[in-house]
Amino acid sequence: MAATADSFYLRTVPAQRLPPPPARAGAIGWLRANLLSSPGNIALTAICVVSVCWVVPQLLRFFLLDAVWSGHDREACLASPVNPEPGACWAFVRVWLNYFIYGFYPIGERWRVDLFFLALAFGIVWLAWLAAPRRDIGAFYFFIVLPILSFVLLSGVPMFGLSQVSTSLWGGILVTIVVATVGIVVSLPLGILLALGRRSEIAVVRLCSVTFIEFVRGVPLITVLFMASVMLPLFVPERFAPDKLLRALIGVALFASAYMAEVVRGGLAAVPRGQYEAARALGLPYWRMMALVVLPQALRVTLPNIVNTFIGLFKDTTLVFVVGIFDFLRTIEAARADPHWATPVTSVTGYVFAAMFYFACCYGMSRYARSVETRLARAQRR
Amino acid sequence: MEQRPDQPVSPRAGPAVEITGLHKWYGEFHVLRDINLTVARGERIVICGPSGGGKSTLLRCINRLEDWQRGRIVVDGIELTDDPKHIVAVRRDVGMVFQHFNLFPHLTVLENCTLAPIWVRRMPKKEAEELAMSYLARVKIPEQAQKYPARLSGGQQQRVAIARALCMSPSIMLFDEPTSALDPEMVKEVLDTMVELATDGITMLVVSHEMGFARQVADRVILMADGQIVEINEPNGFFDAPQHERTRLFLRQVLR
Repeated sequence: MAATADSFYLRTVPAQRLPPPPARAGAIGWLRANLLSSPGNIALTAICVVSVCWVVPQLLRFFLLDAVWSGHDREACLASPVNPEPGACWAFVRVWLNYFIYGFYPIGERWRVDLFFLALAFGIVWLAWLAAPRRDIGAFYFFIVLPILSFVLLSGVPMFGLSQVSTSLWGGILVTIVVATVGIVVSLPLGILLALGRRSEIAVVRLCSVTFIEFVRGVPLITVLFMASVMLPLFVPERFAPDKLLRALIGVALFASAYMAEVVRGGLAAVPRGQYEAARALGLPYWRMMALVVLPQALRVTLPNIVNTFIGLFKDTTLVFVVGIFDFLRTIEAARADPHWATPVTSVTGYVFAAMFYFACCYGMSRYARSVETRLARAQRR
Repeated sequence: MEQRPDQPVSPRAGPAVEITGLHKWYGEFHVLRDINLTVARGERIVICGPSGGGKSTLLRCINRLEDWQRGRIVVDGIELTDDPKHIVAVRRDVGMVFQHFNLFPHLTVLENCTLAPIWVRRMPKKEAEELAMSYLARVKIPEQAQKYPARLSGGQQQRVAIARALCMSPSIMLFDEPTSALDPEMVKEVLDTMVELATDGITMLVVSHEMGFARQVADRVILMADGQIVEINEPNGFFDAPQHERTRLFLRQVLR
């Protein structure tokens, strides 16, 4: 066999460190590579450009250019010589806005709702802003002070000079925010407990957790709400039956907890066994091991799923209307049926307004979660 | 030995570890068979043998990461029972270093080291940090204290793991194949750290295939195979005049 010429090699000159070759730069290079790389791609690009050019001007026309911004009744939003093809009827939203926000909450007491919104926003910012000072006090404020404060403000305690406002008068964004916030704040800790219970070594705890999770997950939310509002009074004398909104709150919170439990369980399963062993070998008892070693890692990997569940929950709050609670979407439903505003565009405008509100809240949550994710990922690579 | 549940850490007397008649099964598989071993205080023991022989399982029984079906283990005067108080008391006193380091990835090196002193020993944070820094200096990586484990090499991670265990001031250290997951270039830095530790008088039980380390450091070397202790010998006898046929076979395999 012929000896290969390469069987021996000795480097005599060290290889230079070189900068990477320049990427194909510029906007034109990017266009070529991403949009015009093949006939199929060129065709797709053309189709997209045409549809964008066709749709966007129409949307602009309907929602901005031809939209009606002010007026006192349907006349403003009907076709007229001045505006032969009227767009969105924002005047309707403006007139009804207070109803959308507060429902039938007494007008003189609405400052209490505003104060609640402010207090809630303050708490959210304190907790969500990772660099905020004393976030431990922030957590105390959010989980202890805020719920009490909210109850005092919204429901009213005559002792403090705040007249009682029945929850049947609450409505609109107020109800949506209350239901969603309670659902989120209760479901995360309860879901964590259920997930831990499901992995517990104690058979009874495991059985209870599994039964609860599987039962609640196997039933539609509407059913849970109906059961909470219709069946509960059957077992509890009417006098002692909790408030209608409270019943819905409990239903939503329990429902969300079951989903959260499964999400957290996925995160727990992703933590390697070695982490548990290292924590136990150091002498950490169960709860401290969970709180300090396992859950921080589990929640981190599953953060996108947690936020996904929150977003689902936020939108599911619209279902409370089935038990006669006037959440935000229900107030729009009610308002669009108002004969004073009966025009061809009223419903569309109302629904688009609702969509914008839900989108803003959900997209905000999603963006925030993304930023936390990248931040955490970067921190661990430091 | 007398149990003192109300006074878990006994005075420093008696053997460090006492294992009598230990049997363990995984289902039908008899993984530990009739283990009897007494480890004196300050003694350094290396356990070697073919894989699947029960070495790691035995080590993990000593801090009750594994439980067993028959026999008893007394660590530092505390009998390991199902009583969580006893288990936690033993774990506080027994440090463990794992094959795959098992550092906590979400905590910095320093936080890895201070976690248990703060949350198990209830040490003030500042004091725990000073203690951790002194042990990190001892394993020669104080400059990495603020980094996260993912940024460290395998050898550095394993030295952090050693420092983390030492921060609990254990009287016994268990090493479960501490160098087998390391790149060859990093084995030495970890072994050097362990040799240095051995001069300190701490009781060490090491499961390892590093025969050079065993010869240099061990007071006694144990061969385990098929769930049994086959031979216990001092290093010179073990390596130069092994008594059991299984030992001779094993040494022929590893010292080729």
